[in-house]
Amino acid sequence: MTDHLAIAPVLLPLLAGVLLLLLRRVDIRLRRLLSLGAVVLEIGLAIALTAAVADGDILIYALGDWPAPYGIVLVADRLSAWLLLTTALLALFALLYALRGIDASGRHFHVLFQFQLFGLAGAFLTGDLFNLFVFFEVLLIASYGLLLHSGGAPRTRAGLHYVVLNLAGSTLFLFAVGTLYGVLGSLNMADLAVKVAATPAENVSLVRAAGLLLFGVLALKAALLPLHLWLPAAYAEASAPVAALFAIMTKVGLYSILRVDTLIFGAGAGPVAGLLAPWLMPVALATLAVGALGAVASRGLRAQIAYLVVASAGTLLTAFALASADGIAAGLYYLPHTTFAAAAGFLIADAIAARRGELADRLDPGPTLPGNRVIGGVFFVAAVALVGLPPLSGFLGKFLLLRAALGHAWLAGILATVLVASLLALIALARSGSLIFYRSHGPAPAAPARALATELAPPLGLMLLVAALTVAAGPAAEYAQATASQLLEPSRYIHAVLGGG
Amino acid sequence: MEALLALVIGVLTACGVYLSLRGRTFPVVLGLTLLSYAVNLFLFAMGRLVIGHPPIVSEPAAASADPLPQALVLTAIVIGFAMTAFVIMLALKARAELGNDHVDGRP
Repeated sequence: MTDHLAIAPVLLPLLAGVLLLLLRRVDIRLRRLLSLGAVVLEIGLAIALTAAVADGDILIYALGDWPAPYGIVLVADRLSAWLLLTTALLALFALLYALRGIDASGRHFHVLFQFQLFGLAGAFLTGDLFNLFVFFEVLLIASYGLLLHSGGAPRTRAGLHYVVLNLAGSTLFLFAVGTLYGVLGSLNMADLAVKVAATPAENVSLVRAAGLLLFGVLALKAALLPLHLWLPAAYAEASAPVAALFAIMTKVGLYSILRVDTLIFGAGAGPVAGLLAPWLMPVALATLAVGALGAVASRGLRAQIAYLVVASAGTLLTAFALASADGIAAGLYYLPHTTFAAAAGFLIADAIAARRGELADRLDPGPTLPGNRVIGGVFFVAAVALVGLPPLSGFLGKFLLLRAALGHAWLAGILATVLVASLLALIALARSGSLIFYRSHGPAPAAPARALATELAPPLGLMLLVAALTVAAGPAAEYAQATASQLLEPSRYIHAVLGGG
Repeated sequence: MEALLALVIGVLTACGVYLSLRGRTFPVVLGLTLLSYAVNLFLFAMGRLVIGHPPIVSEPAAASADPLPQALVLTAIVIGFAMTAFVIMLALKARAELGNDHVDGRP
């Protein structure tokens, strides 16, 4: 079993998805049970994988037993396992919210959901650049279907932009991958890391061009400035559980940037060492600033939270751009927190929008919501988490980030941007909360009664995860620290992949 | 032959970029298709242009073509084909639901 632990999280959602496709005419309750069971099992696998790699082991799975670099390998290290665990936990609560009926409002929700998880798990575990492209396509194809799920004109418009932009991005990804292969003759990331260090002088500019093109594509996926424009519209129009699941999507881009930056263009990369480094910090701070400004300027609650997702991508990249073990560790500790918080935000925004009649999530004074205080309370907790205020783990993450930034050349810029952006996010959410919950008047429009408990349980569950991350801050931060030091020592990764596997 | 292929890829890419920046969905779909043709040829060329050799490493024949780009292109073609079909369906759906074929939904 342990031999196959590295591929199990990829195969499980694939098999579940195929099974759900075959069983599409079966009663929906059975399909829900199957989908839920697969996600719970995926969490179990992610925990097992995290436990297996926690002491620094790197699990290698050579597909078809072809040794690297000739075969395709899956590689599970601390970083992969950490992101996989985050994804699986997020998926559980997004799915629980969807089970309230959104999954039945269109076809194949569960199939697409499982394929999305398949793509995500594959992207985190693959050790091959072309495979990363393939898994990106898998998760994008599933996300197109999920985004358009149950239709509607605004959703179609947002979906068209999202699909066209990502297709163009995929083309650029292939150009970058093709150039790297043409120059270096390999696509295995560990092998690329070795070969890139020995790039002959006449090819250095080609490798640089390919590397920066790759960074551009990954920045599009991670919604970094100026390639973030697709995100607010797409996320604000997606149905709530889908938007919640999409909270992890920008993190796939960030994960890939971190992986490529530390492994292929790390300190040992000879003539192209630190290729991305000069770009990361300015882009990160600008993304953070624009995300926070967008949140203040948004006219709808869902768009506001979508802009906060952009800001969180900026915060995470700021942490990664510090390029120190402390900085990357701070980012990795903050990553699950911000993912869960954003997902909870989307779910609560949906619960609010459903109770305000035609106003939906527009930030105008409206009717008093049924269950005003309960929803308001949950919104408050989620807002605290989204902004990163104490006592929740977002504060710890930002604190770790700022502490890691001490002594960095950009210290003043980082301090100013992170703190002002947090303040702006605070102002934005405080204004939304007071508009929705305090400046309300009149009774709510007659809306079909919705069960408050089942609706608020998934976001509350996500908040419990955030609380757990706060309580277990010590072990979690230690794990993040160990992950960061593993990332900054790519020689072990390279040796594990190439050295006989 | 290298110059010709490079020229073809360049022209395809240029046309693809131009068309995908147009305001209506049909040229955009065509542009994305041209871009995917260009990238497929590009990937293929990255294995170097070899004529008359099998993509199999065998002892008597000293030279062989690089099989990997061919496999990559095959994957890229399949994905590109599926995506083109999907984006055409989406464009038709947008035409039906938004009442026009402008990319941003406003004539």
